[in-house]
Amino acid sequence: MVGFLTTIFNWAQGILGLPATSLADALPWWDILWAFIYFVGAVILLIINVIMLIWIERRAAGFFQERVGPNRVGPLGLLQTVNDTIKLLGKEWIMPAAADKLIYLIAPLLIVTISVTMYGLLPYGPGITPVTLNVGILFFLAISSVNTLSVLMAGWGSNNKYSLLGGMRTVAQIISYEIPMALSIIGIVMITGSLDLGTIASSQAHVWNVFIQPVAFVIFVISALAELTKSPFDMTEAEQEFVAGYHTEYSGIRFTLFFMGEYANLFSMSALGVVLFFGGANGPFLPPWVWFIGKTYVFILFMLWIRWTFLRIRVDKMMKFNWKVLIPISLANLLLTGVGIKIWQAATGAIKW
Amino acid sequence: MSDFITEADGLETQEFILNLGPQHPSTHGVYRARLIMDGETVISAENKVGYLHRGIEKLAEGITYAQFTPYTTRFDYVAGALQPWAWCLALEKLGNIVVPERAEYLRVIVGELQRIASHLVMLGSIVLDFSAITPWTYVFNAREDISDLLEAVSGSRLLVNYFVNGGVNADLPEGWIPKVEKALDSMLKRLDDFDRMVSGNEIFVGRTKGIAVVSAEEAIEYGITGASLRASGLTFDLRKDSPYSIYDRLDFEVQSMPAGDSFDRYYVRLLEIRESAKMVRQALKQLPAGDIRAKVAKVWRPAPGEAYAAIEAARGIMGYQVVSDGTVKPYRVHMRSPSFCNIGIIPAKAPGLTLQDFIAFIASLDFVLGDIDR
Repeated sequence: MVGFLTTIFNWAQGILGLPATSLADALPWWDILWAFIYFVGAVILLIINVIMLIWIERRAAGFFQERVGPNRVGPLGLLQTVNDTIKLLGKEWIMPAAADKLIYLIAPLLIVTISVTMYGLLPYGPGITPVTLNVGILFFLAISSVNTLSVLMAGWGSNNKYSLLGGMRTVAQIISYEIPMALSIIGIVMITGSLDLGTIASSQAHVWNVFIQPVAFVIFVISALAELTKSPFDMTEAEQEFVAGYHTEYSGIRFTLFFMGEYANLFSMSALGVVLFFGGANGPFLPPWVWFIGKTYVFILFMLWIRWTFLRIRVDKMMKFNWKVLIPISLANLLLTGVGIKIWQAATGAIKW
Repeated sequence: MSDFITEADGLETQEFILNLGPQHPSTHGVYRARLIMDGETVISAENKVGYLHRGIEKLAEGITYAQFTPYTTRFDYVAGALQPWAWCLALEKLGNIVVPERAEYLRVIVGELQRIASHLVMLGSIVLDFSAITPWTYVFNAREDISDLLEAVSGSRLLVNYFVNGGVNADLPEGWIPKVEKALDSMLKRLDDFDRMVSGNEIFVGRTKGIAVVSAEEAIEYGITGASLRASGLTFDLRKDSPYSIYDRLDFEVQSMPAGDSFDRYYVRLLEIRESAKMVRQALKQLPAGDIRAKVAKVWRPAPGEAYAAIEAARGIMGYQVVSDGTVKPYRVHMRSPSFCNIGIIPAKAPGLTLQDFIAFIASLDFVLGDIDR
């Protein structure tokens, strides 16, 4: 067992580019144990999160729409999602006869794997960051764009026209919107001088980045909505056009995995927004992780509010908006940030003209 | 998309057939469109109807006139109360029956309430096709009040069987009129909310303005009637142009919009709701006392002959042609249903639209499958 874990760690070390000391020598037993606990913790957090998020989404939607929402199963309907999950687990697995079987089956697994990985990177508070990476933000963006792949795999593997169109839209959309998102984050990286999520969060102890980089924040929110394929950018599912988009042909547990992945990504993207713009786990009186989760949920509610208010934009207009509006603005913001940093440094005497 | 990738660039593209429906979330029933697509652009569209055909015209020949009346509500089930009106008008023409004045007023009140409910459904479902679920619940809550009112007068909420040959089924229940006033007030308030939320919405306007423009000439050529016709700049409305019942005593304006695009087809219905609310209020004020039903024999045998009557139903002109051979059963019944005539424009206007705009276009035509297939 030790040998097996050591192999995994050495392998992970190589991939992540950590210093090349052997983990088996460097790490005592309890470190390996901790890593395992973190992993289990991330999975449990993911599941609890998804259950809570679906409940919050449905109750919030009910509130916005002059109706009640789920309120029968358990107190305030809290157990409704548990009930639904059990129902979905019991459903038949239907696979289209002409599906590309391997791709069809891997797609839902991939989306959940990625979500768990992203949960491992988030700084929940000082000392409770499962994996601290000095390139955390880059790794986060890179791993989140693998989502595109799983959606495309689902769309292609299902051998369904609606799924394919939905999958193709996703690729166009997510890849395009990653650019303004990355550009909006670079400004913050320039100010902080670090790519590590924990450092970015703790550097905002005095003033949140949202006040320093308001334009970047707006761009981030818009691109995050597009990345998550939430309304008004929910083209990939677009039930009015594509029935259910890329997961039209999925049922039972496979559909559940897609659903879980979607909500898990909603949490991790909001958490990234909190880390970048709202000071991460910083806050008075309460324990840091409470601040972190609380801020993230406020951010999520904001996203849901947008979702239940807006209509779906047209695909070509969405692309135009990205390339002709968002990217120029984010580039201009980047330029201003650079000039601003230099002026600040000159004013504080950090550099001499 | 075809603007960007062409075969001249060395990339091979392929058209494919997309069967939109009969089981599809936004075809509003079992309508099926056979689309030939180039990526997301519609190249050609073909209407495929008949999935809800029930053979009701033939059915009518086997039952008596009175027995057929409830069937008529089954065509346009979204505007159930309005449907028997045309049938009853045709029968009254056939048998020279004079409907009491109070019954005429009750018909107008219930009919206009049903028209409001039907248009509310249309407004809700077109924004639902843009994935705006919240405004949909606003208008459906407003419709709920009207359904309660219709239930109070007729006993049913959807297939309102209130009109009968020679009048109406029952008089108003006690305390109904104040409820109508209250429901109309709250409905208009919700409608204003809806209007503010949707009609000026950048995304909604961008996706409906200038999409699938139907000119006045085309609308006439294709036999489009109802609100979809009035969205093309025409003001043709049977209630004004050949008034039946007591519409000539009401003061109202025929609403119309100039452009003929999806937005105008949506907005003209919103305007018509306000106009219908005005009409209901006027009719309630003028409501006389008296009988609610003319004397019609239980076993009714009209003289042999033919009659045609049409009304302005929620989706356009609903007409009935009834042939009598002097027995208790009609010899032949044929109906002109507005939805069936209105969807004829779809193949002409679909080419060049994206799939998303196509969905918005068919939603703006506001058809009901029960009305198309009968």
